[in-house]
Amino acid sequence: MTTDAPRATVGNTAPVGTPTKVTQGSRTKGGIGESTLRPDGTLKVTGEFAYSSDMWHEDMLWGQILRSTVAHAEILSIDTGEALATPGVYAVLTYDDLPTAVKNYGLEIQDTPVLAHGRVRHHGEPVAIVAADHPETARRAAAKIKVEYKELPVVTDEASATAPDAPLIHEGRDDHHIGHVAHPNIVHRQPIVRGDVEAARQRADHIVEGEYTFGMQDQAFLGPESGLAVPAEDGGVDLYVATQWLHSDLRQIAPVLGLPEGKVRMTLSGVGGAFGGREDLSMQIHACLLALRTGKPVKIVYNRFESFFGHVHRHPAKLHYEHGATKDGKLTHMKCRIVLDGGAYASASPAVVGNAASLAVGPYVLEDVDIEAIALYSNNPPCGAMRGFGAVQACFAYEAQMDKLADAVGMDRVEFRQLNAMSQGTLMPTGQPVDSPAPVAELLRRVKAMPMPPEQQWLAAGEAADVRQLPGGLSNTTHGEGVVRGVGYAVGIKNVGFSEGFDDYSTAKVRMEVVGGEPVATVHTAMAEVGQGGVTVHAQIARTELGVAQVTIQPADTQVGSAGSTSASRQTYVTGGAVKNACELVREKVLEIGRRKLGTYHPAWATAELLLEGGKVVTDGGEVLADLVDVLEDEAVEVEEEWRHRPTEAFDLRTGQGNGHVQYSFAAHRAVVEVDTELGLVKVIELACAQDVGKALNPLSVIGQIQGGTTQGLGIAVMEEIIVDPVTAKVRNPSFTDYLIPTILDTPTIPVDVLELADDHAPYGLRGIGEAPTLSSTPAVLAAIREATGLELNRTPVRPEHLTGTA
Amino acid sequence: MDFLRPASWEEALAAKAAHPTAVPIAGGTDVMVEINFDHRRPEYLLDLNRIGELGDWEVGEESVRLGASVPYSAIMDNLRGELPGLALASHTVASPQIRNRGGVGGNLGTASPAGDAHPALLAAGAEVEAESVRGSRLIPIDAFYTGVKRNALAPDELIRAVHIKKADGPQQYSKVGTRNAMVIAVCAFGLALHPDTRTVRTGIGSAAPTPVRAKAAEEFLNAALEEGGFWDNGKIITPSVAKQFAELCSGACNPIDDVRGTASYRRHAVGIMARRTLTWTWESYRGTAAATEGVA
Amino acid sequence: MRVNFTVNGRPQEADDVWEGESLLYVLRERLGLPGSKNACEQGECGSCTVRLDNVPVCSCLVAAGQVEGRDVVTVEGLADFAKQRAEHGGCASAASGISGATGAACGTPLDAAKRWEARPADSQTGEGTELAPIQQAFIDAGAVQCGFCTPGLLVAADEMLERNPTPTDADIREALSGNLCRCTGYEKIMDAVRLAAARQGEAV
Repeated sequence: MTTDAPRATVGNTAPVGTPTKVTQGSRTKGGIGESTLRPDGTLKVTGEFAYSSDMWHEDMLWGQILRSTVAHAEILSIDTGEALATPGVYAVLTYDDLPTAVKNYGLEIQDTPVLAHGRVRHHGEPVAIVAADHPETARRAAAKIKVEYKELPVVTDEASATAPDAPLIHEGRDDHHIGHVAHPNIVHRQPIVRGDVEAARQRADHIVEGEYTFGMQDQAFLGPESGLAVPAEDGGVDLYVATQWLHSDLRQIAPVLGLPEGKVRMTLSGVGGAFGGREDLSMQIHACLLALRTGKPVKIVYNRFESFFGHVHRHPAKLHYEHGATKDGKLTHMKCRIVLDGGAYASASPAVVGNAASLAVGPYVLEDVDIEAIALYSNNPPCGAMRGFGAVQACFAYEAQMDKLADAVGMDRVEFRQLNAMSQGTLMPTGQPVDSPAPVAELLRRVKAMPMPPEQQWLAAGEAADVRQLPGGLSNTTHGEGVVRGVGYAVGIKNVGFSEGFDDYSTAKVRMEVVGGEPVATVHTAMAEVGQGGVTVHAQIARTELGVAQVTIQPADTQVGSAGSTSASRQTYVTGGAVKNACELVREKVLEIGRRKLGTYHPAWATAELLLEGGKVVTDGGEVLADLVDVLEDEAVEVEEEWRHRPTEAFDLRTGQGNGHVQYSFAAHRAVVEVDTELGLVKVIELACAQDVGKALNPLSVIGQIQGGTTQGLGIAVMEEIIVDPVTAKVRNPSFTDYLIPTILDTPTIPVDVLELADDHAPYGLRGIGEAPTLSSTPAVLAAIREATGLELNRTPVRPEHLTGTA
Repeated sequence: MDFLRPASWEEALAAKAAHPTAVPIAGGTDVMVEINFDHRRPEYLLDLNRIGELGDWEVGEESVRLGASVPYSAIMDNLRGELPGLALASHTVASPQIRNRGGVGGNLGTASPAGDAHPALLAAGAEVEAESVRGSRLIPIDAFYTGVKRNALAPDELIRAVHIKKADGPQQYSKVGTRNAMVIAVCAFGLALHPDTRTVRTGIGSAAPTPVRAKAAEEFLNAALEEGGFWDNGKIITPSVAKQFAELCSGACNPIDDVRGTASYRRHAVGIMARRTLTWTWESYRGTAAATEGVA
Repeated sequence: MRVNFTVNGRPQEADDVWEGESLLYVLRERLGLPGSKNACEQGECGSCTVRLDNVPVCSCLVAAGQVEGRDVVTVEGLADFAKQRAEHGGCASAASGISGATGAACGTPLDAAKRWEARPADSQTGEGTELAPIQQAFIDAGAVQCGFCTPGLLVAADEMLERNPTPTDADIREALSGNLCRCTGYEKIMDAVRLAAARQGEAV
């Protein structure tokens, strides 16, 4: 068997920074640092794991949403009569049926109607909902609802959004951003000004400019939006749903239903991927409304077509950059303007603007900058959270600029980056010092030092070309003709956790007791396990901190305090931190019990540093004092506690100054591509990644995250884009036939080099890892394609017509 | 919706005659997508899965009679020698799962310009065996495609089989998609050398309202090959001939801009594929196949 | 309409089936076998892959009425199917009466759905559950993240290893090119299939 097994290494000797320290000994098997396996793995491979679309209930009905067929229109009338009269239909609801005065929701700005009221602002906006006894009955009934639209002119870009006579997407805005934007069709604006750009510009020997376009990417998680709402006897509702943040959903759902939060009991069901696309609500309120109206359980499952309308996408962006450098290759200044299209509703746009602005410089030392980032309201599909938001778009542009500048100066592109790379102590353009390791130059060195994949692998198996190894793959477009190799490098910086003064906390409830003669820890949080492996890590943390073998992970629900969102690379840091903290408190209580019960038997109970290891209380010298079973007997120790990382500050609205971020995360990529330069087809041969993860709590999961994030970056580089018609603002490719994501034949080997340099501010020194690999992957692939083709390529994704002059 | 389950070909023809609006379903790879996405609600679904002979093929003297439901995977596994172009085309169809279900009959019934089999059928030369209770007829492939997703079948007719000329020379097939697997054609090109008749035939997919042959290109190449004695002397095709052939193939396109690609790109790509497939087949004809023949 | 067929070795009957329903819908919503997944319902992701008369197909594109009298193996029956194959010298016949796992009457009952229980041993040993070699390899190699693509990939990979016990990497990629995964970047899936192939080789 021949293999192209990837080289994946963790924990190489760290040449810079502080190596990770762990406080409580991790001599208990299955603790942190080990690649323990997923606790839900068996269920997932046997098909038993219950995803949100798998729910079933006696007598349940099926919900169906009727969505707008136009992007911008006044609704003149809605006639539900015929739909309601359809046999098997139990309810048809419109805006007029909403039970309370709260009719909108939203993550930060409550601007999104639960059901359209008099107007639709984007293609696919929910207008009415139906409950029926079979999905087909519900679909047919929805099709019988007559909606009369009067179409309005559409706003689709910055020019049409900010024109003097532009239709306002939201009239009468009263959110907290309206005061600092130049036009009501701008959601939020964040400038960052530092140093003296004009003076610094004078020192530049080389100035390069670029105008870059970033396409609209879809999260394309495989498990469609779905869930089941079950009306309860107390007038409340039980909701089983796939989401990224139960408590945020709850805060938005309950007021619309007119129920206290205690009567909306949410349980996380299996989540088929998320990537930001489940941060906003989708079917949650609709299912609850129908369940409460009909008194029956209601299940809603989107199909793939509807899913493209059912969640927000990654903001498409236009980015204008100017950089300067001296003849020695030192960066002098940077000016940029980033315009993000937020679509019809705000969603996470303000935070996306904050990230884009504050990370616009990239991981480089630049003291003189002038940055502006804005997000628009338009009639395009709403955009919000997706893995790496704001930073992804900026990285694509600044890394293209770095290559241009290096070429202008005449330096090697990697050396140029290393010369200007930030390090611990560098000031961000926001004035915030980077106060933990920032091994940017080292990551580049490592990724460059990896061995190159062999040339012409399509001939490796014999004399005839193996088309599976060539651009075009099975489509048999080349046997080597026109194929040129290119290599590209990129590095990026991403913030970890919620920024800009947000109270970003998590809650963990940890219980320890003896069950069946063994000490067992139970961990209960509301953390959404979306596939990232948080449940694996929580069990590892509990084993490390409590020295037990058996850990039970409770299902996530709203019976415990908020865990915050599974996004922003934050869950291992924040909910992991909360679990660690709660375990430490439990440990102290257990030791107190031990001292109380057994303290008189051994002086070390009072004098020594005590640890829990292997189900025993031991001294730091390794002497065993007692079995946990004997300490606890029939007592249970339980702690529920909130945990916070250090606070952050808002960015100043004029200067952008402020300690806005918690932590930074860095990754670098080297892409090797082969391009059929005549047909414009690309095969990525290898995407090597080096990333600093602080501490790999579960190395196998860390590598999985890096490879997955890398592949999503590859997707937006060469194929993924939601295409919106510029005239009608309608989505043209809402399907997996025409929105393409990488297959296993498009994905290269992804060797990973993991660096572990502790961030002393973070639990175990860890660094949030999920997003950084999505940043640099895209510009590395683009750089490699540029090298192969000699083309400038200022947009992503790059399609065959862009590579062949036939766009 | 009614689900008709004829147990025999005769029953199927009778059902189609009784219900001309019935939509035949075999592999289901087109019809079920439309049903799942609520794009189509036929009055009748006519299931052809129970008619065993639709999955059979017979290799004759001149041609292969390929049952309408023979799955693409079976064509790849069993008919690579007789139908090399179609076998290559089959390998580009969607995914392994789809290739296990879908067959040429479905491609012809749907008659989408993007159907992967069409260029290979056009290049090889084929006839569609259509049958109804009124009788059976053979429709030449060149006359089969009548418009975008329209074909020459009468409302009461079903496709029984396709008669495809057995290869008498090298055949090639290329398809451009924006992904390396599981992708619908942006455009596709099939080419077959017919040394017995000293002719070349082509097929172009996804670059005109219907699958088409590049007839002017074929005529040009036939004349050039004849004139230069190429069939006999086995010389390398001169670059200027290949270039003009490619240009004429591009010229045979009448493409549109859509989400999968631009018209301009399609014309360009068809030209490149025409040149490359001509090179591959001709080199193969000359007996020096090893260096350029792909394993697909 | 009514449809009778065999799933994981057991005769099944589905009643009141709407004529436009897919095999996938019948398995998930009528037979209590939601393991086959509904990710795209257009044959573009492979999450719903099952074996229909031994051949891997997208169950979303098979009309329910077309499976009358036929034989289906889903991920729920994969372990038994693989065991049967191993016992019969590499040739499993689903029709030979293996007992497939079947769930409750319909879908996942709420009680079961409410809590999945973490397996204390981190499923390292697959304690208490007999797994097919490919299933164990997916767990061991870290090929499962969200897991939504996993059932389809398992059915496809298992079938490939049945046909081709010593695949090259290119063979694996080709065989799995109809199965999308959005979480892993496929590297761990490659590892898992290599691992299963290697273990299969050792076992022979």
